Amino acid sequence: MSADDLRRAVTRIAHEVLERNHGVEGVVLVGLQTGGVPLARKLAAEIERIEGTAVPVGTLDATFYRDDIGLRPLLPEAVTDISFDLDGLTVVLVDDVLFTGRTVRAALNALNDYGRPRAVQLAVLVDRGHRELPIRPDYVGKNLPTARDELVDVSESGVRLGTVRR
Amino acid sequence: MSRHLLSVGDLGADGIDEILRVTDSFVEVSSRAIPRVPALRGKTVVSLFYEDSTRTRLSFETAAKRLSADTMTFGVSSSSVSKGESLRDTVETIEAMGVDAMVVRHSSAGVPRQIAGWVDASVVNAGDGWHEHPTQALLDCYTIRQRRGRVEGLRIALVGDVAHSRVARSDVAAFTLLGADVTLVAPPTLLPPSLAGWPVTVSHDLDEVIPKVDVVYVLRIQKERITDALFPSLREYTATYGLTRRRAALLADDALVMHPGPMNRGVEIAAEAADLPNAVITDQVANGVAVRMAVLYLLLGSGASLAD
Amino acid sequence: MPIDRPSTLVIRGGTVVDATGSRRADVLVRDGVVAAVAESVDAPAGATVLDAGGAVVAPGLVDLHTHLREPGREEAETVETGARAAALGGFTAVVAMPNTDPPIDSAAVVRQVRDLGATAVCDVRVAGAITVARAGERLAPLAEMAALGVRIFTDDGDGVQDSRLMRRALEYASALGVTLAQHCEDEALAAGGHMHEGEWSSRLGIPGIPAEAEEVMVMRDIALSRLTGGCVHFQHLSTAGSLALVAAARAGGLPVTAEVTPHHFTLTAADVAGYDPVFKVNPPLRGPEDVAAVRAALAGGTVDAIATDHAPHAQEAKEAPFDQAPPGMLGLETALALALTELDLPVERVLAYLSWQPAAVAGLTGQHGGPVAEGTPANLVVLDPAEAWVVDPARLASRSRNTPYANRKLTGRVRHTVLRGEPVVVDAEARR
Repeated sequence: MSADDLRRAVTRIAHEVLERNHGVEGVVLVGLQTGGVPLARKLAAEIERIEGTAVPVGTLDATFYRDDIGLRPLLPEAVTDISFDLDGLTVVLVDDVLFTGRTVRAALNALNDYGRPRAVQLAVLVDRGHRELPIRPDYVGKNLPTARDELVDVSESGVRLGTVRR
Repeated sequence: MSRHLLSVGDLGADGIDEILRVTDSFVEVSSRAIPRVPALRGKTVVSLFYEDSTRTRLSFETAAKRLSADTMTFGVSSSSVSKGESLRDTVETIEAMGVDAMVVRHSSAGVPRQIAGWVDASVVNAGDGWHEHPTQALLDCYTIRQRRGRVEGLRIALVGDVAHSRVARSDVAAFTLLGADVTLVAPPTLLPPSLAGWPVTVSHDLDEVIPKVDVVYVLRIQKERITDALFPSLREYTATYGLTRRRAALLADDALVMHPGPMNRGVEIAAEAADLPNAVITDQVANGVAVRMAVLYLLLGSGASLAD
Repeated sequence: MPIDRPSTLVIRGGTVVDATGSRRADVLVRDGVVAAVAESVDAPAGATVLDAGGAVVAPGLVDLHTHLREPGREEAETVETGARAAALGGFTAVVAMPNTDPPIDSAAVVRQVRDLGATAVCDVRVAGAITVARAGERLAPLAEMAALGVRIFTDDGDGVQDSRLMRRALEYASALGVTLAQHCEDEALAAGGHMHEGEWSSRLGIPGIPAEAEEVMVMRDIALSRLTGGCVHFQHLSTAGSLALVAAARAGGLPVTAEVTPHHFTLTAADVAGYDPVFKVNPPLRGPEDVAAVRAALAGGTVDAIATDHAPHAQEAKEAPFDQAPPGMLGLETALALALTELDLPVERVLAYLSWQPAAVAGLTGQHGGPVAEGTPANLVVLDPAEAWVVDPARLASRSRNTPYANRKLTGRVRHTVLRGEPVVVDAEARR
């Protein structure tokens, strides 16, 4: 995806979120650290441009909820910042790449400890396949089938695929 | 060694930084309505406190529970301790029950290190005799950073019974590793017999030091020290080394007042000094839980090691 | 196992080293006595032959300072097991310290320990206490014990704190021709300490024992020796200051002697860093300057003997927290090898410090310490100064395991030990 493709995808997703939720009322965006955070902010800016109303944005680091079995404890990349009560709201989780689904599952568990949302929706820029859990996105920028060991790099200038350095 | 937290020196500056960074996240967790994460679910943390200390023990247990670990307490009045069961037998029995971490406090220096040689569990030193109290130093560093943005380059005075203080030994190590300038202020009888290898300066004049420091860290004074002829009376101690109201007024506006607790108000620290806006003693306690969560998480999360 | 003493024994192919010098010679032993020392000795029929090829044949070693723990602490050691450890270390005589339970402060207990040692594989001599129950308050019956052959008296484990009492003891003892040995430790200065006071005790947070706690008592006893004319033997000196004081006193002609231990010339306070109570000992391991001073004293001849202060403790006791664990280390089976490996001294001088000089202090000259000559009792050791070995605590003969030298590589090993003509150690194994 080029930078322009990215921009268009964000605009489209913003429209879809508004359409599905009949506007911006009761909706909050939560960006997953770290890739989902700039995306959530872009999405919020776009929604505000379209609708004229600001939508609250939070950030979530779900490291402590992960079920990875690794050799090292994972270090959180940033501190979670959800300064509003989630009860009864629709939370749109935002991440850049959806892969196995484990990050999203950890995020869902984390959200539970902040309150009881009415609903949780998932917006991702890229769905690269290889799901290990029954998780599906509500909003997708692009479906990008990949090999398991391929790298998906998302940045300001777009999305690129690469091979894993050994 | 990095399976355990036995002394500040084992961590190095990088290890301390890592713990403090992760602490930020646990401060956030602790501020929530439900202050709990499942990170250590299924792990068991045992408190083995041969020396009584409700505060520190509760702080560790709260930390473990907030990480969803199971906790067990083995207190000093337990039957097998009074039956004279040896230290080694006790810890091996506990380990056989399946524990992942032992948080140990003992009045004899070196016990956590001895235990670490006998068990597979991770050992956390919660205070061993006069030797060290690493998590206290970590929460002290965190509190200083929280208030002053950094520890590096700050001038810190440690005042009081340094010779017999595990808090002092851990703090000297931690503060100097992070690049602070440490001055010990105490009568000669309350300083260790040798300061060889200690990167500190020494002063016997608190009035001279107080206006120049960014942090004054007041250590507890114990009455038993009088019978050892270490100083003649509490009154004389307070007059020469106490953080009295008069001395507190000499502090710089942004200087912090710290104390490891529990305080002897009116002895080493005047009641008014303890209640100054720049006295961060309650912050220290609050940060203690988050720091201990960070330590337990880094030791037990996914079975890895600190400061590898 | 019954004592199996061959009527004739030949020690063949070694180099005999004793106070008179060194020569290539075979040794013939008959009925417990050296019968001949010559270039070549014919072995009569039925004689036992011990191979000493490439080895040194010397008078058996004498330890001035051993804790055999019996009576009272048999879980740590007994007279029998301690004697076996001694024999494996090349000792044919040990002086057993009186801090047993009951303490050796009367003829009855002297007899008891002597009887326990009657069939042991080492000559067990008994030291008596200076004061009743080693309590430092009243004189023990020194004459009664001396009549049973006790030549050394000490309250070891503690020093005699009361200066007036120590003066009286020296005066009283001078009529008996015995030596008072002192564990120099001023209790008031040492109180509460568990390791050497200095850089390491400050770092580790362990209360320290200053060097001066030993030195003030050394100073005092030198003064009392001058006052009374009594002989004082200073046990396990560990500080540069103490050694300097004793060197000056000896140079001044005072009747004082001194011993040092192998751990005080090989280990320092830094070895306590891991808080392993195996490194806890009294007097404590000191600083590098003190270790250097002990080595210099040995090089310069200002001390008289190397003694082990062999102090067995059950494993459980040595696994207690550092400040609660009892002080003391094993020493009998490693002393000779440590002296040969770590000191830069020729074999003859090492043997002087471990054999004939301590024999003299203990009043055993003539029975132990050589020279290896016709008519002398056959108390001998055959040692290979070049054989390398590794200390394995599990294979020590002592009942206890508290050696600080586990896995240490040493050079110099006892091959055979002969006690009154009986080979009690052959090829580094105890015969009984």
